[in-house]
Amino acid sequence: MKTSVAIVALAAALAWAGSAAAQNKNVKIGSLSDQSSLYADIGGPGSTVAAQMAVEDSGMAAKGWKIEVIAADHQNKPDVGVSIVRQWFDVEKVDVVVDVPNSGVALAVNNVIKEKNKVFLNSGAGTSDLTNKACTPNTIHWTYDTYALANGTGNALTKGGGDTWFFLTADYAFGAALERDTTNAVTKAGGKVLGTVRHPLNSPDFSSFLLQAQNSKAKVIGLANAGGDTTNAVKQASEFGITQGGQTLAALLLFITDVHALGLNASQGLTFTETFYWDMNDGTRAFSKQSASRMKNGNMPTMVQAGVYSAVLHYLKALDALGSNPDDGAKVVAKMKEMPVDDAIFGKGNIREDGRNIHPAYLFQVKKPSESKGPWDYYITKATIPADQAFRPLSESECPLVKK
Amino acid sequence: MIPLLGISTQALFGQLLLGLINGAFYALLSLGLAVIFGMLNIINFAHGALYMVGAFCAYFLLNLLGLNYWFALIISPLVVGLLGIIIERTMLQRLAGLDHLYGLLLTFGLALIIQGVFQNYFGSSGLPYAIPRELTGGTNLGFMFLPNYRGWVIIFSLIVCLATWFMIEKTRLGAYLRAATENPALVRAFGINVPRMVTLTYGFGVALAALAGVLAAPINQVRPLMGADFIIVVFAVVVIGGMGSIMGSIVTGFMLGLIEGLTKVFYPEASNTVIFVIMAIVLLVRPAGLFGRTA
Repeated sequence: MKTSVAIVALAAALAWAGSAAAQNKNVKIGSLSDQSSLYADIGGPGSTVAAQMAVEDSGMAAKGWKIEVIAADHQNKPDVGVSIVRQWFDVEKVDVVVDVPNSGVALAVNNVIKEKNKVFLNSGAGTSDLTNKACTPNTIHWTYDTYALANGTGNALTKGGGDTWFFLTADYAFGAALERDTTNAVTKAGGKVLGTVRHPLNSPDFSSFLLQAQNSKAKVIGLANAGGDTTNAVKQASEFGITQGGQTLAALLLFITDVHALGLNASQGLTFTETFYWDMNDGTRAFSKQSASRMKNGNMPTMVQAGVYSAVLHYLKALDALGSNPDDGAKVVAKMKEMPVDDAIFGKGNIREDGRNIHPAYLFQVKKPSESKGPWDYYITKATIPADQAFRPLSESECPLVKK
Repeated sequence: MIPLLGISTQALFGQLLLGLINGAFYALLSLGLAVIFGMLNIINFAHGALYMVGAFCAYFLLNLLGLNYWFALIISPLVVGLLGIIIERTMLQRLAGLDHLYGLLLTFGLALIIQGVFQNYFGSSGLPYAIPRELTGGTNLGFMFLPNYRGWVIIFSLIVCLATWFMIEKTRLGAYLRAATENPALVRAFGINVPRMVTLTYGFGVALAALAGVLAAPINQVRPLMGADFIIVVFAVVVIGGMGSIMGSIVTGFMLGLIEGLTKVFYPEASNTVIFVIMAIVLLVRPAGLFGRTA
């Protein structure tokens, strides 16, 4: 009799524990970004706003979910980023880290997230290594990568006659990856790379590097950098008459906030690859206007911020399908890969086994001042690169998760 | 064209000239710091932020009042100088006679507040400011294409630097100033209003920073953090030149611009660090700086 009571009690306890686990509907999202320096307008506070918008639009609160978004500044330092996410996991009980521009920080954080079995939805970083050599079952690279940029811009310009290149490269993981991937795209299309200068991150003056590029006589000067570095380089290139001298400037990674900061006079004619522009369809316009209205500086969202929105939305859909938060990053990511992606931002897509989110990319050109109807009316779509051609094919993948 | 160390002499000349142009900014900013340190004994960490405010001032003058670059060159230093005077009168004056550290902390805090406020409203990627029409285009010097604006920067800042040096070292007003630093009580006994002189000196020092900000606006973006990126380098320049030495900061500013320019050719990866390496060496060999006098 005693034993049977004990068994019943044990069974009840187990059932209770099981149902408690099944009902864990708390989620904490950590938006890790550069909040104050050269990449802050690309991700930064705008990414936090995007994550919050995704939480609101997901309708999860009505289903009993409690979702919280917190943010931190990694200051573009890998060690700072790593200690923030460790604290997030150990103390704050964060489930998913989003955004993380700066490839150096992203690669460092990537390891911690795998070790702790959490979820990493990267939108801000460029390096294509996140879904190649460094791929993990916990990481999804959402918006763009250096392979897509190189493939889009490098290919188009080389085939258009720009068959000799000189690179100005930001001296860290992202710049190196972008330069490497673009070099591959250029040589594959029959072009040649004449030289490269590696400049420190956050350089105020590019004149010296531009002069070296000018002297190389290369037809295309590729800017393998981002944010404030790109805007400074573009502005100073127009000062030194680089384009008037017949050389083409290729900003390999350009965001709408960079174009806005430069003004159309300095940036007109630049050709580059992105995966999102606010003025593409009703869905993107509605999202962008809402996002801009919630930004202190009124900026339209960049593709990175749009990517954070889309990624968080899909993550929450996967949690909803699972019914509860399993506290198992790999399991949630597996569910996300299983479900097709469909939202107003990137349209229909899917997440590959290597963690790469697949959607079309676009070759844009910056409008002339005379063609623009006003602030933020900046891009002309030159070409659409279909989803199956925009990113590195799985056949070239070095990701251990890809079965060959 | 004789190749030297792997690059042609032509290219080398170009790089040296560009180095000098960057040196012009270092010289202007470190000069303001040196003047302030020499006269007030304050390590003005707000210098970079006020340089940024100078550039923003030029932007507002153009976009809100329609006043072009040439007006900004005069009005912006005046506005920022006035701001400096207010800062000195309301805050810095209370720290007179205390340890350097208090002034450093106060100005550092001010810099963070000013930058934070601008960043809150303008983000980090900055605002465009075009080169004035009169100075667009460039001149082919044979060895390089020199944008006219950069030529103007180097000439103008050289004139400002030398005029400042002349005023402090060679005029009666400058003599009063130098005397007031040595022995304020005695100078007061001669009927000279020392506190007012100190206030005006601070105003003048930060006006120099604002002037550099206006000069930089067409080259860089007008960004909230443009000063923060610069100020550390400029402090290194001041330390290398010798704290408080006027000529020292001018010469060191231009010289380090040159060295940095050469680094950008031969080992670009180190171009942000080379100045600090030199600083470390100078501190080991001559702790008072190249032009400083040991007390």
